[in-house]
Amino acid sequence: MIEMHDVWKTYPNGAVALQGVSVRIDKGEFVYVVGPSGAGKSTFIKLMYREERPSQGSIFVNGFNIERLKERKIPLLRRQIGVVFQDFKLLPTLTVSENIAFALEVIEAPKKKIKQRTAEVLELVGLSEKASALPNELSGGQQQRVSIARALINNPAVIIADEPTGNLDPETSWDIMNLFEEINRRGTTIVMATHNKEIVNTMKKRVLAVEGGRIARDERRGVYGYEN
Amino acid sequence: MKISTFARHGREGFRNLSRNGWMTFASISSVTITLLLLGVFLILAYNVQLFSQQIEDQVEMNVLVKDGTERAQVLELERQIKSLPAVGEVTFVSKEDGLQQLKEKLKDNQELLNGLESENPLPDKFIVKAKNPTDTGYVAEKLSALPLVEKVNYAKDTVEKLFSVTKFVRNSGAVFVVGLSFLALFLISNTIKVTIFARRREIEIMKLVGATNWFIRWPFLFEGLLIGLFGSILPILLLGIGYDYLVRKVAGVMLFTFAPFDPLVYSVALILVGIGALIGMIGSMMSISRFLRV
Repeated sequence: MIEMHDVWKTYPNGAVALQGVSVRIDKGEFVYVVGPSGAGKSTFIKLMYREERPSQGSIFVNGFNIERLKERKIPLLRRQIGVVFQDFKLLPTLTVSENIAFALEVIEAPKKKIKQRTAEVLELVGLSEKASALPNELSGGQQQRVSIARALINNPAVIIADEPTGNLDPETSWDIMNLFEEINRRGTTIVMATHNKEIVNTMKKRVLAVEGGRIARDERRGVYGYEN
Repeated sequence: MKISTFARHGREGFRNLSRNGWMTFASISSVTITLLLLGVFLILAYNVQLFSQQIEDQVEMNVLVKDGTERAQVLELERQIKSLPAVGEVTFVSKEDGLQQLKEKLKDNQELLNGLESENPLPDKFIVKAKNPTDTGYVAEKLSALPLVEKVNYAKDTVEKLFSVTKFVRNSGAVFVVGLSFLALFLISNTIKVTIFARRREIEIMKLVGATNWFIRWPFLFEGLLIGLFGSILPILLLGIGYDYLVRKVAGVMLFTFAPFDPLVYSVALILVGIGALIGMIGSMMSISRFLRV
C-alpha cells in the first residue's frame, strides 16, 4: 500500500526533516506515527499525499510513484486517499452535507451518486440528523466526524490523519478513535500521526516512532513511549 | 467538462463578484476608465489615419518635360514613367491644356495671359502620383533621372512633415494602447488576487480532495471575464452616444469629414469587448497560479 525507500527531505531553507526513512505499510493496517514535535512526523505524513516532494529516495502510494508523479496527475492520487486534519478544514459557509459532497463535486461525480454516498457516510459517522447544520453549530468532535465523512466519501484505499484528536477533549477523542477503528475494520488502511499517549497505549496497534528525521522504532503492537 | 460543471463554474464566478462587492466595483471601474480611454483613442487614431490618408492621397508630383521635346518622345517618356513599379496614376497635361487651366484659375484677370498663345512659356508636364504616397520622395528622384525630364516639383518639406506626423501618431498610439492594457491587466489581477486570497482555504481543500487545477481555475476565469465584460459596457455606450453627437453636430463645420458611425463604432465596440474579456481572463490567470501550489 505505502512503501518508502531511503527517503530524504531537505526544505529550501536548509532544514533537514527526514534522513533515510524506509518503511512499508500493508493494505488494511492501522499505524500510529509518534514522536516529538519537529522530529519529521508531519513531513512523513505530507509526503504520502504529495503535499511535499521527497528530495531523494522513492515513495509508492497505492501504485503511484510519488517522486515521478506529474503535477497534473496529483489529483488522481488524492482521489484515492482521504486526509483528515487537526483543524478539520471545513468550509464555514457550507452545510455539513455540502461540505461532505464537496469532495465528490470537485471530481464531477454524477448528482445521484453524490446524494447516495453523502447519506451513506453521514450514517457511518452518525451525523445523519445534522446534515443541514453549519459547521460552527457543531461541537469539535462532530466537526471532526464531518471531515472524516468527507475523507471517506471517495471510498479511499487509505486514510491519512494528521493529529485528528489534537483539538478534542479526551472523551471525544475516544469517540473519534472508535470511528477510525470501525473504518479500519471495513478494510481501509489508516496512517495517523498523534500525540495522544493514552490512545496509542490502549489500542495496541503498530507504532512508528520518528525521531530526528529517522524511524527510531517500528513495533507491531507498540506503545507511545514518550512522556507528554 | 460536463455542462453542469460549466454552469457551476459560471455560478461560482458570478457569486465571487457579488461577495467582493467593493473590490469588484473598483476593478470594473478601472476597466471602464481604461477601455474608455482606449476607445476614445482608437476612434481618434482612426480619424487621424483617415485624415492623413486623404491628404496623402492628394500628394502629387509635377514632372516637367524639357522644352522642345517632340510629341513622339513625350509618348515614349510617358511609357517610361508608367513602367516604374512604384508609380501609380499618371496624367499628361500638354502646354496648351496647362495654359487653359491657368486661364480658368485666373478667371477675371485672363487678360494677363493675352498673347501667350503664340509663344506659350509653359512646359508639357505629367502629373504623377506614387502608388504608395510615402514613396513620393523616391519616385521623384527616379523621375528626375530620366533624360527628357527637366525638373520634378512637389511640396517636399510639407510632404515629409506630414509623413513624420502621421507616423508619430500611429506609433505613440500603439505605445499608449499597450500601456493602458497593462494597467487594466494589473488592476484586474489584483482584484482577483483579493478574491482568491479570501478563498485560499477553499482552494486548499479542493486540492486535497483531488480537484484538478482547471476545476479550481474556471470560476476565477469567469470572474475576470465578467469584470472585463461589465467594464466594457459603459465605454461603448459613451463612445457611441458621443461619436454620434460629434458626427451630427461638428460635421460640415470643418473641412474634414469624420469616419461614418457605422462601421467604426461597431468595430471599436467589438475591440473593447474583446480586450476587456481578454485582459480579464489573463489577469485572473496571473493571480491564480501562485495559489494552486498546494
